[in-house]
Amino acid sequence: MTINERQDQIIEDFELFDDWMDKYEYIIQLGKELPIIDDKYKTEENLIKGCQSKVWLHAEKQDGKLHFTADSDALITKGLVSMVIQVLSGQKPKDIAEADIYFIDRIGLQSHLSPTRSNGLLSMLKQIKLYAVAYQAQSLQK
Amino acid sequence: MSGNSSISTVRKLDIERLRSDFPILQTQVYGKPLVYLDNAATTQKPASVIKAMDDYYTEYNSNIHRGVHYLSQKATSEYELVRKKVQAFINAEHLHEVIFTRGTTEGINLVANSFGRKFLKAGDSIMISAMEHHSNIVPWQMACEDRGARLQVIPMNNKGELMMDAFEQMLDDTVKLVSVTYISNSLGTVNPLKEIIQAAHQKGIPVLVDAAQAIQHVPIDVQELDADFLAFSGHKMYGPTGIGVLYGKEEWLNQLPPYQGGGDMIKSVSFAKTTYNELPLKFEAGTPSIAEGMGLGAAIDYLEHLGLQSIAETEGQLFSYAVDALQEIDELRFIGEADNRAASISFLVGDTHPFDVGEILDKHGIAVRTGHHCTEPIMHYFGIPGTVRASIAFYNTTEEIDKLIAAVKKAVMLLR
Repeated sequence: MTINERQDQIIEDFELFDDWMDKYEYIIQLGKELPIIDDKYKTEENLIKGCQSKVWLHAEKQDGKLHFTADSDALITKGLVSMVIQVLSGQKPKDIAEADIYFIDRIGLQSHLSPTRSNGLLSMLKQIKLYAVAYQAQSLQK
Repeated sequence: MSGNSSISTVRKLDIERLRSDFPILQTQVYGKPLVYLDNAATTQKPASVIKAMDDYYTEYNSNIHRGVHYLSQKATSEYELVRKKVQAFINAEHLHEVIFTRGTTEGINLVANSFGRKFLKAGDSIMISAMEHHSNIVPWQMACEDRGARLQVIPMNNKGELMMDAFEQMLDDTVKLVSVTYISNSLGTVNPLKEIIQAAHQKGIPVLVDAAQAIQHVPIDVQELDADFLAFSGHKMYGPTGIGVLYGKEEWLNQLPPYQGGGDMIKSVSFAKTTYNELPLKFEAGTPSIAEGMGLGAAIDYLEHLGLQSIAETEGQLFSYAVDALQEIDELRFIGEADNRAASISFLVGDTHPFDVGEILDKHGIAVRTGHHCTEPIMHYFGIPGTVRASIAFYNTTEEIDKLIAAVKKAVMLLR
């Protein structure tokens, strides 16, 4: 699936929920299911510090694609991180770098992307894009 | 509760009626009635405060202190009347001891900067406490760094109370000023200010009181406290943002050099030499927040009308109610359990993250604060990422506390 197909899938899934409690329950469940980042990658270097919650992000290159694992100390953030990873992990660096991440807005969690709230998710998205751009540049040099 | 109990007669406040003075309290969020428990961040404004600002802009907007025309004179006299109201409100001896600022932060920065330049030298120290807001840490760190001085920190115990024995031992002759909060914004601790001030004064050391979280909750008499400086913000006492007060004893203020240069603070200017204005204008450079000043005046009128003693009594009862009710929640622990506390209640439930709890409370229409509350050292001390903080005002009700409890329980269920 392409990045946008995955985003649209999430948006469609969320349309099933009538009230916000169910929505949050689902996000929290996703958070609990997120494959936890290997402890050795939970380093200061991989830490994206937000004002409210922390996110750890680890990237790996495989067959020309980027794979991510992550964790957060807050469950709702973790759930959102899980979805971002679902959307972007295993994609080509070029596609990741150019991706427009619209699903968070569409499922009504846009407050998590507010720059003033600075809770880690926005910084994580930026970091993922940085990895993608850096990887692209690296491949070009070879 | 410490403070002056003889000031006024306590009367029971009619909260339901008073709530209608605050237009925003009728608001709904996410289709639910707003439960506003973030009063330590900022308080809501009564209609009279909003009207006072509106009246200024619609009826007599003009610059103050210099115009000869009617509007300017009217605005000047109204603005200066607010200074008188502040003087009476905190019982300052002299009118010119009341300096208008943008808020508590600016007041502390003013003293840190001017006092630092005049009195701090290498080897000296400034003493703050372990429970200070960043606004009462960073300005002093900057001043100390600038002058080669040292910052000393009064330690606290795990209930969130200052260790007074340690404090008195630390008061050596390197200490040039003590700056402490009256009430902690994240722990709710009410500090024994009189004791602190007395101990410091015995050694001739002046004390600055950060009253940002006290001015709206307890009666404050600066002469009775014998505070040398005291800073607070308008917006935390039902007034507007952008206006605050620094009180300083005349003897100290006269010794300090100006903080910022500009209009209003000068007597005469030439390229060779500028002479500074007298108090209070010496510290009030530039056009002030005039409309906000009018709003502050109305806020003081409002508070005087209710009576701080009555407010303290009402809030004290609500505070106890909230603490008792929260205590019933499984695995809930308070961060800050001082014997004497008020207004702010910080807590965590089990291993749930405060940010998650706050977000779910928000969806119930309940406004609380989560995070470190600009007191990161406190969070380091307790080894936690932050807290959920519910902070009350007199206009909150027991029904609202009940809603908070129910929502916290739901949040914890979801997050487990």
